[in-house]
Amino acid sequence: MSEIIKHEPTTIYIKPSKGLAALNLRDLWLYRELVYFMIWREVKVRYKQTMLGAAWAIIQPIMNMIVFSVLFGGIAKLKTDGNIPYPIFTFTGLLPWGLFVAALNQASRSLTSNQNMVSKIYFPRLVLPLASVLSGLVDFVIAFVILIGMMVYYRVMPTANVLWALPAFLLLAIVTALGVALWLSAINVQYRDVNYALPFLTQFWFFISPVAYSSGLISEKWQLVYSLNPMAGVVNGFRWALLGVGNGPDAGLWISVGIALVILISGLYYFRNMEKTFADTI
Amino acid sequence: MTTAISVRDLGKQYKIGAAQQKFQYNMFRDVIMDTLMTPVRIYRALRGQGMRGAASTSLIWALKDISFDLEEGKVLGIVGRNGAGKSTLLKILSRVTEPTVGTVSVRGRVGSLLEVGTGFHPELTGRENIYMNGAILGMKSAEIDRKFDEIVDFSEVGQFIDTPVKRYSSGMYLRLAFAVAAHLEPEILVVDEVLAVGDAEFQRKCLGKMNDVAQQGRTVLFVSHNMSAILRLTQEAIVLKKGQLIKRAPTAEAVDYYLSSGQAESGERIWGVEDIPVTSAPFKPVAIRIKDRSGKVVDTVRSTESVTVEWEYQLDAPITGLRVGMYLSSMRGEYIFTSFDTDDAAQFEQFGARKAGRYISRCEVPADFFNEGRYSLGVNASSFAVRRYFMDENALSFNVDISGAPGTQWPEVRQGPVRPRLDWKIEKID
Repeated sequence: MSEIIKHEPTTIYIKPSKGLAALNLRDLWLYRELVYFMIWREVKVRYKQTMLGAAWAIIQPIMNMIVFSVLFGGIAKLKTDGNIPYPIFTFTGLLPWGLFVAALNQASRSLTSNQNMVSKIYFPRLVLPLASVLSGLVDFVIAFVILIGMMVYYRVMPTANVLWALPAFLLLAIVTALGVALWLSAINVQYRDVNYALPFLTQFWFFISPVAYSSGLISEKWQLVYSLNPMAGVVNGFRWALLGVGNGPDAGLWISVGIALVILISGLYYFRNMEKTFADTI
Repeated sequence: MTTAISVRDLGKQYKIGAAQQKFQYNMFRDVIMDTLMTPVRIYRALRGQGMRGAASTSLIWALKDISFDLEEGKVLGIVGRNGAGKSTLLKILSRVTEPTVGTVSVRGRVGSLLEVGTGFHPELTGRENIYMNGAILGMKSAEIDRKFDEIVDFSEVGQFIDTPVKRYSSGMYLRLAFAVAAHLEPEILVVDEVLAVGDAEFQRKCLGKMNDVAQQGRTVLFVSHNMSAILRLTQEAIVLKKGQLIKRAPTAEAVDYYLSSGQAESGERIWGVEDIPVTSAPFKPVAIRIKDRSGKVVDTVRSTESVTVEWEYQLDAPITGLRVGMYLSSMRGEYIFTSFDTDDAAQFEQFGARKAGRYISRCEVPADFFNEGRYSLGVNASSFAVRRYFMDENALSFNVDISGAPGTQWPEVRQGPVRPRLDWKIEKID
């Protein structure tokens, strides 16, 4: 009656994992359907019982854009690169930034808000932060439609690079978000301080990322230090691909990529190492 | 026969102590002190000593040196007191938590009936939750597609399948959750009745499902405090005591051993610090005793005399609405009665709110009540609908000697857990 009986059951060995636990990405692959379902659940539930529903995905960046345009574009008269109108300049930055912040907010709570799953069932715990980060892509796509509209309105043509560069920079944003999210979610299991510290972290990170201003404002000698922030690379990359401003991939970008990978890999190891006690400490 | 589960030198160590105490602020002063101590704590955490500080941390072995093999298709019962390590063992076998030492090899998928409804989201419909929950339990969506109709039928929520589950009654919710778990069809099923939620009907359904699974020749591990269920459903059982496997035998023998050795505290049960879960604070059980008419603590009582049950406990803080009481059950696990010290309304007026301090709640079970055999006394301290402070379903057991009881002139076994002396009148009416 069941397909499980037909094929030979596999034997699982359970033993204490020593040192840095093997990443065991194979298990994650076996549970890929769960990743899909978790993304689907997060998306489905996110705007339930709200009046405006999925419209929030565009209201948030648009409101931010209006505030920044008035404050920084209108009052402070910040210069944008290549005479791009300020609203579209900042909106291009707000897209990946919004994805990043939403990912951190959702993912850092992903383990603690699914406490009963973690303490009762086995599944690769990586599924939870991964699904939280990826579920932000849906909002990203919705907000992207607005950007296209704005580009038409302001008559800004994307560069030809957009085809490969946009997915690449999007991937960089996701890698960075996932790396930070792995650290935060694992720490959050034991120390709920993360919930309180996170708003400061994202606020600080916002100011060191060129979302509301152009990274051209940073003096030459600080540029290299500035590009230690992978999100600076992401935002600049988005503007380069979509609006045709900035330098495009340079040495600074490779530093951003390197840092993002270091955060991701260290995050993976830290997460896996803490994973074995999640069920006991959560 | 192939081996389904093989456990070798398994051990699991837990840190106990400060973690739970940390957030039990009783006084504002503690909050202030705690805040002032923050830099010290952070310093310690960074040096890897953890939040708890070296001094207040202690390690206990929840499980130690456990080894056993279980053949495919066998049903194994696991018995032991609260805190003996039963649930920890199941958690390791289902890979929820990692062992500290030792190895386990498990052949096939492990499913459990204690995880019903995990991952259910109130905003999603019944249909969506079936897919969600199935995926969490490790089913492929093709597998769920195939079993979908069967699951819906089994859950009896058919017409509400596209309604968000937050609109379900709790019964419907549980039925749906159980239906998904029951259709997982794992090679190895793990049932922890101690943790089972739901009403009696639901628990009956769980046991029924377990029986079906066992009859299909799959391997089952069954944890329960209900000896009659263990006797009925398993052929073999292991006895755990303080994290160690002390006996493995055919069920009847193991249960007998557990009942006579595990509880062997001769008419008195004293709770040590390590026996009391931290969650029971501020209620702290001290001891429970069975006394005969002369006030002597006894293991065997005479059914023709009244028996005094005495429960001593300490309140570290005042508790309102408290009721302290007992369950009496037969060794077969049938309940005979439940009674609380503040059942009487006037008594509740006076003692419902109790100040901190040490108390004894004492009651008398009248003569001519018990039948022959062994009885188990469970204890419970709770505030109705607010909180259960402490519970031990098997705090103490005792024997009843029936010499002189009604009907003993006939040497036969009388059915039933009670043996009252009833006032028979015989009338000749014709």
